[in-house]
Amino acid sequence: MFGRLTWDAIPFGQPIPLAAGALVVFVLVGGLAFITLKGWVPYLWREWITSVDHKRIGVMYVTLASVMLLRGFTDAIMMRSQQALAFQSQGYLPPEHYNQIFSAHGTIMIFFVAMPFVIGLMNIVVPLQLGVRDVAFPTLNSVSFWLTATGALLVNLSLVVGNFSRTGWLPFPPLSELNYSPDVGVDYYLWGVQISGVGTVMTGVNFVTTILKIHAPGMTYMRMPVFTWTALASNLVIVAAFPVLTATLAMLTLDRYLGFHFFTNEAGGNVMMFMNLIWIWGHPEVYILVLPAFGVYSEVVATFSRKTLFGYRSMVIATMAICVISYMVWLHHFFTMGAGPNVNAVFGIASMIIAVPTGVKIFNWMFTMYGGRVHYASPMLWSIGFMVTFVIGGLTGVLVAVVPADFMLHNSLFQVAHFHNVIIGGVLFGAFAGYTFWFPKAFGFRLNERWGKAAFWCWFFGFYLAFMPLYVTGLMGMTRRMQHYDVPEWHPWMLVAALGAAVILAGIACQIAQLVVSIRHREELRDLTGDPWMGRTLEWSTSSPPPVFNFAVLPQVESKDDYWRREHSPDRRPEPEPQYHAIEMPRNSATGFVCAFFASFGGFGMIWQIWWLVIVCLVGAFATFVVFAWRDRTEYEIPVEEVARIDRANRLARAQARAQLQAAE
Amino acid sequence: MTAFEAGAGYGGQNRGGGAGITFGGGSEPLVSHADGTLASRRIIVGYGFWIFLLSDIVMFSAFFATYAVLSGETAGGPSGKDLFNLTNVAIETACLLISSFTCGIATIGARARQALMYYGGMAATFVFGAGFLFIEIHEFVGMIAQGAGPSRSAFLSAFFTLVGCHGVHVTLGLLWLLTMVAQVFAKGYRPDILRRVLCFGLFWHTLDIIWVAIFTVVYLLGAG
Amino acid sequence: MLKVPSRLFLRLAPLAIAASLGGCDWAVLDPKGPVGDGNATILVDSVAIMLVIVVPTIIATLGVAWWFRSSNPRAFYLPDWEYSGQLELIVWAIPLLTIMLLGGVTWIGAHDLDPAKPLESKEEPLNVQVVSLDWKWLFIYPDQHVASVNRLVIPAGTPIRFALTSGSVMTAFFVPQLGSMIYTMNRMRTQLYLKADEPGTFRGLATQIAGDGFADMHFEVEAKPPADFYAWLGQVRGGGPALTPESYIELSKQSVVPEPFTYQSVSDGLFEKILDQTLPPGPGPVAETDPGPIVATTSQLCVGRRN
Repeated sequence: MFGRLTWDAIPFGQPIPLAAGALVVFVLVGGLAFITLKGWVPYLWREWITSVDHKRIGVMYVTLASVMLLRGFTDAIMMRSQQALAFQSQGYLPPEHYNQIFSAHGTIMIFFVAMPFVIGLMNIVVPLQLGVRDVAFPTLNSVSFWLTATGALLVNLSLVVGNFSRTGWLPFPPLSELNYSPDVGVDYYLWGVQISGVGTVMTGVNFVTTILKIHAPGMTYMRMPVFTWTALASNLVIVAAFPVLTATLAMLTLDRYLGFHFFTNEAGGNVMMFMNLIWIWGHPEVYILVLPAFGVYSEVVATFSRKTLFGYRSMVIATMAICVISYMVWLHHFFTMGAGPNVNAVFGIASMIIAVPTGVKIFNWMFTMYGGRVHYASPMLWSIGFMVTFVIGGLTGVLVAVVPADFMLHNSLFQVAHFHNVIIGGVLFGAFAGYTFWFPKAFGFRLNERWGKAAFWCWFFGFYLAFMPLYVTGLMGMTRRMQHYDVPEWHPWMLVAALGAAVILAGIACQIAQLVVSIRHREELRDLTGDPWMGRTLEWSTSSPPPVFNFAVLPQVESKDDYWRREHSPDRRPEPEPQYHAIEMPRNSATGFVCAFFASFGGFGMIWQIWWLVIVCLVGAFATFVVFAWRDRTEYEIPVEEVARIDRANRLARAQARAQLQAAE
Repeated sequence: MTAFEAGAGYGGQNRGGGAGITFGGGSEPLVSHADGTLASRRIIVGYGFWIFLLSDIVMFSAFFATYAVLSGETAGGPSGKDLFNLTNVAIETACLLISSFTCGIATIGARARQALMYYGGMAATFVFGAGFLFIEIHEFVGMIAQGAGPSRSAFLSAFFTLVGCHGVHVTLGLLWLLTMVAQVFAKGYRPDILRRVLCFGLFWHTLDIIWVAIFTVVYLLGAG
Repeated sequence: MLKVPSRLFLRLAPLAIAASLGGCDWAVLDPKGPVGDGNATILVDSVAIMLVIVVPTIIATLGVAWWFRSSNPRAFYLPDWEYSGQLELIVWAIPLLTIMLLGGVTWIGAHDLDPAKPLESKEEPLNVQVVSLDWKWLFIYPDQHVASVNRLVIPAGTPIRFALTSGSVMTAFFVPQLGSMIYTMNRMRTQLYLKADEPGTFRGLATQIAGDGFADMHFEVEAKPPADFYAWLGQVRGGGPALTPESYIELSKQSVVPEPFTYQSVSDGLFEKILDQTLPPGPGPVAETDPGPIVATTSQLCVGRRN
């Protein structure tokens, strides 16, 4: 009746998972109870859960990412503290827990923090930058988000019911096969990632179509903002890479569930096939994450240098070059598998080639600042911090692309330091820069700058403290994922790294404080102009937050950085009131949420082999599609008077705020 | 899948400057393509669906690559030569090709709002598609019965997964077909439903293309 | 190439750092054999080449960001400067040239230091067959018909020809001070050549997560003078259990070995039987819920005399 699920699945006998699971349950249930008692459910259902508005969906993505950052970082603190303690000792985490923790840490950080953060920013910003009202497929967008949330839910559920995978964030066989990992851990991983992966592919399709096919009038491809270009590149990579992940995880699932032999030791399975397939996805994945971060930096550096981005065409070419080359380097993740010198060398060289367009971007950002007037708002601090940090990470990356060096450093803490260097210094700093930069646009008030700067400095120094020691211990021969060790030389470095994690924790605390303080003081921080930073691109031409239809009248674009040109060109004239028309917007839909409901229960059923539940949910999912397809009314109209009223109010507020600012100068 | 044709509209009426796009239950859009930046809903939906099909083809490529690598790993069990019945494959191929043709008829019928062409075409497509599935399932059951199931060897795992994945797509396609027949029956030849018929047609033809690759790489090369 | 200066740098750099940090064990940068030496040289050279670009870039970034701060009245303002053909050329050329140089290093290095490439030596290589198990290392000396668990004893100055496989999951064999790591996979044979120039003791470990006992999968590598090595062989042959298919099956069960031990004899063709799965890969955890690594007692594994 309940498949493999028994009461034993709840970790009553293990204090740490029990406490963690209880905390998760408490937060979830408590949160839901709080929301219900406050009467917020109808509002949340109407305005957020069933919303198909890209701005709302983007905010939900970023919120999911931020919450999961706390979970993933908790795992990190546990790992650092264990390694600080476990010198000639077992520490406080036995291997069967420690191995789950680092697996969960990686899985959550990549799939449920970095991906949703970056996708969230793209959701909020790209349609605004393109000067249009929404993405190509708004309801599909909602489905994408809710499927991602389902994946996050399933992974966190493993804390409470059952356990998580112990194979690391990528389930290499044969360790991940049924005979070596008989418990549900790998299954939680497989279904959580698979379901959210489906959502991600849908996002890719959505954004590629939007960026290539839906622009404001006059916005040719070479007038699109660089963030939009990087969003395009990132989503092209999603479309071409994620299906490989889907296939590979499906094959491992078939091995585990139906006794297939893709990657088993017996009957001809081939472990190397998994390595190739998973990394054909895995390498493009990191470019999916970093390309939009590069886009954020392009916007931020130009805005806060009061200067056009240097070398726009080069940046576009470099972005698309990275997009393409990212598919040609995957073997550098397993030079030590023994492919032979020719193959190894070719992939090593290809991996270095990808450093060229990246280097070009760094130089172009530098030249953007050169001759500019640099303002050190916190988004700019994140960007400058990125430029310094990422260059070091890039150095170590090119280093491990040098095949003989990799022979000594593969899977060591040096490699761990390298990829955290580029992911934290590149992706996360970019996410935080974008978060601070576009927060006023999304919510109508700025974030407190002092806490923001404090957060930056804590993260910056905390990162170096936490990860530079790992470069050192990697060179001392320490490999990754060690639950304990007995080499005295490694111990002091592990202590320093733990201190670094504590400093990062302070940074996160600053970010939480920043949010709380900003919400409390939101009236003083209110952005009335819609353009708090002297922005350059079209999103700053709307109010903060924009009305649901983004632009009352789609802007007529005549150049790149069109908004800046209109606002600050010497011959700027006040724009006359446009001719308003009624606007049709897509109706809200519960499709996404209902899909996720069935996916969650269906995934749970798959994990625990509760087959009747799976069948019910498959039928339910199909029924959801049919119900959705049966809709007769898919839009609602905003009457012209309403459009005019909203827009006039915004124009007035902007003019008044501008006049006040000018008077103050 | 129908989710792509989200039926979601946006934009204002296409009058004067600041053009928008109408869709959903309304008439076909009135957009001028002069500035080249605004496409009709039909183009957007078709484009998006093509991108999805490309992603699906990437997924199949992963299965093809795995099949190619594992095709020799018979673990002492039967190989393609022992198992493949090329006559059945020929019949399956004929079924799919004919069903593609009838699907084309149905699509034309839908756009021309000709009930006989549409319903007839869809019915014929269903019959041939179901025929294909019947033969394939029969083949699979036979292989499993003689001990050549997917858990026998890596080659068989790869075979069943690649060919089976295509079969699953065909099954979902048949479900979609029935849904489209029901939609037209219930709501007529509405623009959003016609867009979905277009997407269904693209999907069905793509499955045909993938089948051509399968019978070449798997059956012809395997039995040869 | 830059052999001599970089050797000097290689010797000096770790000493300098060690001096400043008080006696650290820089395994990777303190090689004791030709393979490790070659790898480390390339590593240091590559870092040096890249630092030539990276350090000025970082300084320039910080310098530009600071000089052109909005509060600096002396900085000029070029609001519309967004393109320069010459700069584009330089900006693309610098990384490209650097990569070309490093690419050459990689091509040559990947060929010179490929794990399967035999080492130049007057000595005949010694064959060692390596089997990674859950969670220990089995070293078989096929020509000497002895075996050792978690302790690899080799003659110094002699190249060792490793043939590696796994008796269970995929993992990797690594001796940081001697050279390259290489994966081990069931049903597949990987190859590696290493040599210890001088006698000494080195740390060896598994570098790919292999399950709950992964952290215990380290082993000792002892390079002895050739005469001592043959004496050790004699000792091993003198007592201890025999490695037969049956005792191998016992060894392949999931366990952590508390102390290294040896086998006085090895059945013929045992490694080949592991390779072709005549001897099946080790089973996974025996209970439905994994109880974690079992520390095997010495008697359970038929340990003989410790060597």
